[in-house]
Amino acid sequence: MPLFARLYNFAQWLAQDRTAAEDLVQETYMKALRGFASFKQGTNFRAWMYKILRNTFLTSQAGLKASGVVSLDGEDDVALEPAAAETPETVLMARMEQETIQHALEELPVHFREIILLCDVEEMTYQEIGETLAIPMGTVMSRLSRARKAMRQLLATKVQGTSR
Amino acid sequence: MTCDLWRDKLDAYVDSACSREDLAGLEAHFRACPSCAADALSRLQLKRMTQAAAVRYTPSPEFRQRIQNAVVERTIRTERRPSWAFLWIPRLAVLAIVIVLLVGGLALWSRHASRQQAVAELVDLHVATLASANPVDVVSTDRHTVKPWFQGKLPFTFNLPELQNSPFKLLGGKVTYFDHSPGAQLLYQIRSHQLSVFILQDRPGMMPAAMGINTAREMAFNVETWSDGGLRYVVIGDASPADVHELSELMRETK
Repeated sequence: MPLFARLYNFAQWLAQDRTAAEDLVQETYMKALRGFASFKQGTNFRAWMYKILRNTFLTSQAGLKASGVVSLDGEDDVALEPAAAETPETVLMARMEQETIQHALEELPVHFREIILLCDVEEMTYQEIGETLAIPMGTVMSRLSRARKAMRQLLATKVQGTSR
Repeated sequence: MTCDLWRDKLDAYVDSACSREDLAGLEAHFRACPSCAADALSRLQLKRMTQAAAVRYTPSPEFRQRIQNAVVERTIRTERRPSWAFLWIPRLAVLAIVIVLLVGGLALWSRHASRQQAVAELVDLHVATLASANPVDVVSTDRHTVKPWFQGKLPFTFNLPELQNSPFKLLGGKVTYFDHSPGAQLLYQIRSHQLSVFILQDRPGMMPAAMGINTAREMAFNVETWSDGGLRYVVIGDASPADVHELSELMRETK
């Protein structure tokens, strides 16, 4: 089955629950089979599958709850913010454990978490991310920048907490 | 270009999404700016660590098997899905049955209504006869007088029963018209009741169940009708059904 393990990983990151993730993946495959006729040959199959999964999640109870947490209004207008130059991330990274990153990812709002997963884990291009999330390229870039900034801040807080 | 402007492009740089010009510019800037170079490196490291840390959840073999089964089952079901014709044949069959039942029902209802109308007309003729000051045109208790009276008046002939040893008495007869055709109306008496016997040319659709004996009640009158030898016999009266039936039997026994 194409993309099975990766879709499952993405689903569990979104739903943060094993049973809910299994339901998401199962529904995604069933929807994909039912709607395969609507898939346009030559377009991105991977983006299509992730889009189905994400939309299924967003319309689920957990998805509605998660996506209602943070407003996305006006995110296109937000200037890309640089990382704090004084943060000694090169040092911090060496001290970080995988667990810390995982906890930080879990704590991110779902719209930040999903874009980081699609970009860093699934290695999607900005265009693919745009197709999956149904947002324009500019929004992909600004949202990704904000998501990474939020991630860095979370990580910095955690590292500072453990170093005290 | 300042560091802030280059930093705006760092995410695209770590995601290999820079344009060729931006990439060349960034690499030149990194050579001149250790801070931006360190920032780019840290972002790249974070990306790789996230990549490693986020591949965390693995589906169980049971779940994989379950999905595979569901997919296979779904695929088989789709392949076996009956064609348009197979989907519609049962529906069309049901529709055809419904139409047949409707048409049949309408025909039955129509025949029933037609029969009811015919019986009602004959009851009217019977009542009109009883109400008349001269109910019959030939007044006689003798069948050998009454029967010949109809000769030349009707396009058919018939026999009348011998009523000796029966409770019935022939009162007479007259020519009547039913459905635009002439027929015989004979008047009999049993006790204080008077009964009409109509003898008409039988025609298809005139009354259903042409071969059977039918009894009915119409406006409290008892009616018995049957067909024999191309003639339609209808006995109508306010006597009991048994009396109506007995007179009908007498008529039928007469050949």
